[in-house]
Amino acid sequence: MSESKPGWKSIPIAGILLEPGSAMKYKTGSWRAFRPVIDEEKCIGCFLCWIYCPDGAVIREEKSVKINYDYCKGCGICANECPAKAITMVEEKR
Amino acid sequence: MSKVLGLTGDGAVAYAVKQCNVDVVAAYPITPQTLIVEEFSEYVHNGEVHTEFVCVESEHSAMSACIGASLTGARVFTATASQGLALMHEMLYIASTLRCPIVMGVVNRTLSAPINIHCDHSDMMGSRDCGWIQVFVENAQEAYDWVIQAFRIAEDPDVLLPVAVNLDGFILSHSLEGVRVLDDEEAEKFVSTRKPVLTIDPDKPITVGAICFTDFYFETKRQHVDAMDNSPKTISKVNDEFAELTGRRYGFIDTYEMEDAEAAIICLGSTAGTAMAVAKSMRAKGKKVGVIKPWVYRPFPTEQIIKAVENLKALAVLDRACSVGAPYGPLCSDVIAALYREGIKLNLFNVIYGLGGRDIRPTDIEAIFNEALEVAKTGVIKEPLKFVGVRE
Repeated sequence: MSESKPGWKSIPIAGILLEPGSAMKYKTGSWRAFRPVIDEEKCIGCFLCWIYCPDGAVIREEKSVKINYDYCKGCGICANECPAKAITMVEEKR
Repeated sequence: MSKVLGLTGDGAVAYAVKQCNVDVVAAYPITPQTLIVEEFSEYVHNGEVHTEFVCVESEHSAMSACIGASLTGARVFTATASQGLALMHEMLYIASTLRCPIVMGVVNRTLSAPINIHCDHSDMMGSRDCGWIQVFVENAQEAYDWVIQAFRIAEDPDVLLPVAVNLDGFILSHSLEGVRVLDDEEAEKFVSTRKPVLTIDPDKPITVGAICFTDFYFETKRQHVDAMDNSPKTISKVNDEFAELTGRRYGFIDTYEMEDAEAAIICLGSTAGTAMAVAKSMRAKGKKVGVIKPWVYRPFPTEQIIKAVENLKALAVLDRACSVGAPYGPLCSDVIAALYREGIKLNLFNVIYGLGGRDIRPTDIEAIFNEALEVAKTGVIKEPLKFVGVRE
């Protein structure tokens, strides 16, 4: 991985990012060991998972939620907080 | 026209900062540095400077505030000592790798325990590897002169590194000396204003201090090394311009009677003055001794030291700090590494002295010179690491 990226002579100094909003490009979903899976039948639409997600990776929809797996790091807070037990943490198999 | 003022070492630093168009000072008082920020706050109060003086609740906050201010493009100064520098430790690395050209006065004082307010170099040596340019001065005049030069060195776009100007606690900080100062206009012309390269600006957003893992951290650190490696060019250029302005010539090291010396002492800070005075009186008795005083400790002046020891037969390396468990004190380890890299085998021994402000007397220095002369004659080193001035 590190070989294909630019070297110290060509990158901006001090780890500075010159382009705003670049965090969107840095997908952190690969850090995940467990993936939250929503059972829409059980979901009561309370949105507690959306409130509690520390990474903004739960996307609120009209009646239920979706997970943005590009950024979800698999912490499991959503599953822990879900009063309807509608979220299961499933091991990632890579 | 320059004039001579009676200033303490701390007063000389404060006076230099007053003349350097500093935008922000964030500092916390600590003995024996307190006089610097105390005197500078008077300049602020009296309206003699336009500086924003930020009173903070700790040295950790002081350096944090300095980093933030520096990133906006401001010219920034702070000062600390001992436990204060230790409390800043993690922020020192952030200042240097974020390439903030902050200038800091470090009034060298030992580290607890036991608690002690007096001089040794444990504080700066404890943060030796923080990636700052580090300068050690012998007297108040040098403190004044190096602070003024430090802003130019730090802010040069080829460098962009913070600079710590070290002066010995109490020995220099609280001793009154005649200091030749520049006129305000001369100083202002010499330091000018900072021309920042990359700044945080709401109209042109950048991200500073973003997380940087295995894929980019090493590259950022390598750039830091490169900046330090480039700094000698700028340091020399600034030294030259300063010499032209003041007639006072600085460099990476100062030497005394080294041309034909058989034995020499190398040491940092005020002790070099004592060593030079002793060398002078020993020279009068026909003893061929000399002194090397590194002004610049980081980047380490390898090339200059190699040249200075060319004709030498024995060297005593004096460390006012102790690296407990290491083969030698910090300065000695560096000197040996520099000599080894150039394939030079020079008989030397290391003297740990003056810890916690213990006096180093001319008689102590004379005994060290005599021991070095004995090593020069016999080639036999009896004690590679010795402690001078401690009771058995």
